[in-house]
Amino acid sequence: MNRAAFLLLMMLAASAAHAAGAPDYASVQAGRSAAMLADCISCHTAPGGKPFAGGLVLETPFGGITAPNITPDNDTGIGSWTKEEFVRAVKAGIGPNGRHLYPAMPYPYYARISDADTGAIFDYLQTVTAVRNRVRANALRFPFNIRGLMASWNLLFFRPAPPAPHTDKSAAWQRGEYLVNGPGHCGACHSPKNPFGADAGRALTGASLQGWFAPDITAHAQRGIGAWRESEVVTYLKTGHNGRSMASGPMAEVIENSTAQMSDADLAAIAAYLKEVPGGGAPPRALAADDGHMKRGAALYEDNCLGCHNSRGNGQSVIFPPLAGNPVVQQKSAETLIRVVLASTQAAQTPRAPTAAAMPSFAWRLNDAQVADILTYVRNSWGNAAEAVPAGAVTKSRAALQLH
Amino acid sequence: MAKLLPRKDVVIMGLGWTGSILAQELTSAGLDVLALERGPWRDTANDFNIGYMPDELRYAIRKELFLQPAQEAMTMRNNVSQTALPMRDYGSFLPGAGVGGAGVHWNGQCWRYDPSDFIAKTHLTQRYGAKKIADLQLQDWGVTFDEIEHCYDRYEYLCGTSGKAGVIKGQVQPGGNPFEGSRSREYPNPPLKRPYCASLFEEAARNLGLHPFPVPAANLSRPYINPLGVAMGECTYCGYCERFGCANYSKSTPQTTILPVLIKKKNFEVRTECEVMKINLHPDGKTAKSVTYIDSSGNDYEQPADLIMLCGYGLMNVRMMFLSGIGKPYDPKTGEGVVGRNYCYQTGGGGATLFFDDKRFNPFMGAGALISSAHDFNGDNFDHSKLDFVGGASISSGQSNGRPISSRPTPPGTPRWGSKWKAATAATYGHVMNIGGSGSSYAIRGNYLDLDPTYTDRHGRPLLRLTFDFPDNDIRMQNWVGTQVEKVARSLNPKLMTMGRAGKGWNSVPYQSTHNTGGAVMGADPKTSAVNRYLQSWDVSNLFVIGASAYPQNAAVNPTGTVCALAYWAAEAIRDRYIKHPGKLA
Repeated sequence: MNRAAFLLLMMLAASAAHAAGAPDYASVQAGRSAAMLADCISCHTAPGGKPFAGGLVLETPFGGITAPNITPDNDTGIGSWTKEEFVRAVKAGIGPNGRHLYPAMPYPYYARISDADTGAIFDYLQTVTAVRNRVRANALRFPFNIRGLMASWNLLFFRPAPPAPHTDKSAAWQRGEYLVNGPGHCGACHSPKNPFGADAGRALTGASLQGWFAPDITAHAQRGIGAWRESEVVTYLKTGHNGRSMASGPMAEVIENSTAQMSDADLAAIAAYLKEVPGGGAPPRALAADDGHMKRGAALYEDNCLGCHNSRGNGQSVIFPPLAGNPVVQQKSAETLIRVVLASTQAAQTPRAPTAAAMPSFAWRLNDAQVADILTYVRNSWGNAAEAVPAGAVTKSRAALQLH
Repeated sequence: MAKLLPRKDVVIMGLGWTGSILAQELTSAGLDVLALERGPWRDTANDFNIGYMPDELRYAIRKELFLQPAQEAMTMRNNVSQTALPMRDYGSFLPGAGVGGAGVHWNGQCWRYDPSDFIAKTHLTQRYGAKKIADLQLQDWGVTFDEIEHCYDRYEYLCGTSGKAGVIKGQVQPGGNPFEGSRSREYPNPPLKRPYCASLFEEAARNLGLHPFPVPAANLSRPYINPLGVAMGECTYCGYCERFGCANYSKSTPQTTILPVLIKKKNFEVRTECEVMKINLHPDGKTAKSVTYIDSSGNDYEQPADLIMLCGYGLMNVRMMFLSGIGKPYDPKTGEGVVGRNYCYQTGGGGATLFFDDKRFNPFMGAGALISSAHDFNGDNFDHSKLDFVGGASISSGQSNGRPISSRPTPPGTPRWGSKWKAATAATYGHVMNIGGSGSSYAIRGNYLDLDPTYTDRHGRPLLRLTFDFPDNDIRMQNWVGTQVEKVARSLNPKLMTMGRAGKGWNSVPYQSTHNTGGAVMGADPKTSAVNRYLQSWDVSNLFVIGASAYPQNAAVNPTGTVCALAYWAAEAIRDRYIKHPGKLA
């Protein structure tokens, strides 16, 4: 066979593949990468479930929202969707039947992703194993169970137009801004919300969700990442910890499924951007060490916490996070801390930091007032300063976590 | 009828130290590995919760982490003239159960054996003549210290062992054990902080011309990341090592060194609470086909595999060979046969307890391997030509714990209970130190393992029978070393001192040592060893038997380091040679 005939055959073969709907290699690879940046898998995979087959219930103030199956199953997934329908769902929050998606699907962020990249994600998802899994209906309370209301929500809160480029900023900053506010949808968890669940107030200064407090990730020196070097931000996102803090809970998933797989350049870009996001006001002054709660907390800390976190609160860098200077410890809300003490938690596991050490549960051992005093002490010692923790907050978390 | 399951490349019985090492190495070589563990899953935060792990009653007295006799008991007797009876409680030794095995509850003494230990028969015959060891059934290991030095090194770096090298590349190092075999490099972490009793001991030993050094400890002296990337914390000297899981990620165990990486591998699977019943052979009897196991619901499964690894506690490995009809059973009358041969233990006795008025030891601060030791009378580090024994013992003093129930030394003559006992324990607590000796245990023809003719387990399988008493050689050795211990102890001028003595009549009730060795020993001669120098069964070429069951005789110091070095040694042979050319390696 001569070369021209061979090429012709190859072209025919390629067009046949296209005719059959097989996406091309480059687009699938681009889509795999874009899906990683957007961390689709974390929400669209149930615990112990098949990848992208949906079923994870996202607890919102309005009720539970179940992430759908986005495998290419014709009946229960997106196998019968067109690429155009997919792009509209991801970027505008409108499904193929014209039904509105709930903004638990972060389409206000995904609107920043290009149509080409979104289409590539579609191509990639066509290559994952189709799973027949009909996810159960959303369990939203009235009136939030009326999808049509989302049209009004969009009218009020959805601004799909991309922001004007900041041409005076470095390329890294611009890339970081895009990753954080676009596919990374960091604000979906880390930005405060208004009563309708839309971002409100100062971006990335922390918010409560799913029984955790997603911390401030602005450049605030104490509550945010202001004291971290850019390289420490990169290490945190790459490995799950950096000697200053350690990821667990929902952020552990984000790191394992998304940021640990990002390129070092993208992580450096995120760091460059976050280091310039302005933080909120100054935190309160630290409580005095002779405060009654502080004294009781100090004694309880010695008996319960010191073995791992040390008397100076500096932890052991490679395995136990420091409490001194750790932003997670000094958030406005102690929700995460209360949860971790009561219910235990396990650190992120990444190829470069595979240990995934876990903190044990203390719910059986400490009463609400004791947990509150320990946390008040931890939040106001070794240079830390944050609001005291009332015992009532622990009582509330204990009930929500169904721990007794 | 057992349900037939899809085949695996490798099936491992037991997920303790050796099972974890083999699984990690063989999955890294690309093999699909299944571990069957008859005990439960265990991990640090859930099972060794810092809030309740330091519960001496629950874990040390009621022995929650150990194998329970209801699951598998053993029978024991001192010699063939007796009828063995079942141990109703494990006392003298405490096999582990569950993921991590005995590696969960060990103290963490992380030793190497001396070069002469591996060639005991050849070495002692050359130095003293064959007559000197005629009453013993000593054998060479078929592998030398130098051959497995790098395997020791891998294990010590896996663990983050804290210690001081004695000899590096032939150069004696100040502060280490000058008698040790030459090692390639220093320990990964410096020694633990030395307790007062060990400082006193070291000073006294040095004054007598001995060479004390800190015992290599798998209790970490500082935070550490091992070559697998797994991080560990610094030991807090809490005094809850032996019989406990470590709540602080600072004792090296499978959980703290390997499992975080292993359990994430797609080519690894562990099925817990699944007990292997037997190994099934192909009709020719030369290769194994599968294992039969039973799950916690009582369902039977047949699991085919290309390679089978027995990685249980040494005694369990031997029993599994008997139950599966693999290898010729040992006969103490003729000295022929290999399975059950050369069962050895650890020789104790000869230790000193020293009572002081003016010294405070704060024994509640401790760690499993927080010990200083001298090896001047270990192995063949001293001239035996004018002595009536071979072998030796370490002389050591350390502080593993001062726990409230068991750690209550009282002077001789104190009542066992009541107000006088209370007053005595209050007066002496914190003012007592010990200097002990841990001695070698050499094989004799009459000490062996076989299946009990009478007693069975809950599945109807015969129990393992231990026929053992301390050999006269070992008793003479231990009591001679005891006189050396006494010299060191007396030089410290205690107010009062008591000395133990070794003697006949092994008793399975009081705790002595979980260092049971032999029964499926390694060697170069299939007539006297059950496995070859790569721990491969001479009879069934796709079966490897990994553990202290392979020791032809036991040296004086703790066996875990050598067990794990042998695990790496076998894994290397499988990875580099067996996978490419399955069949006999030696």
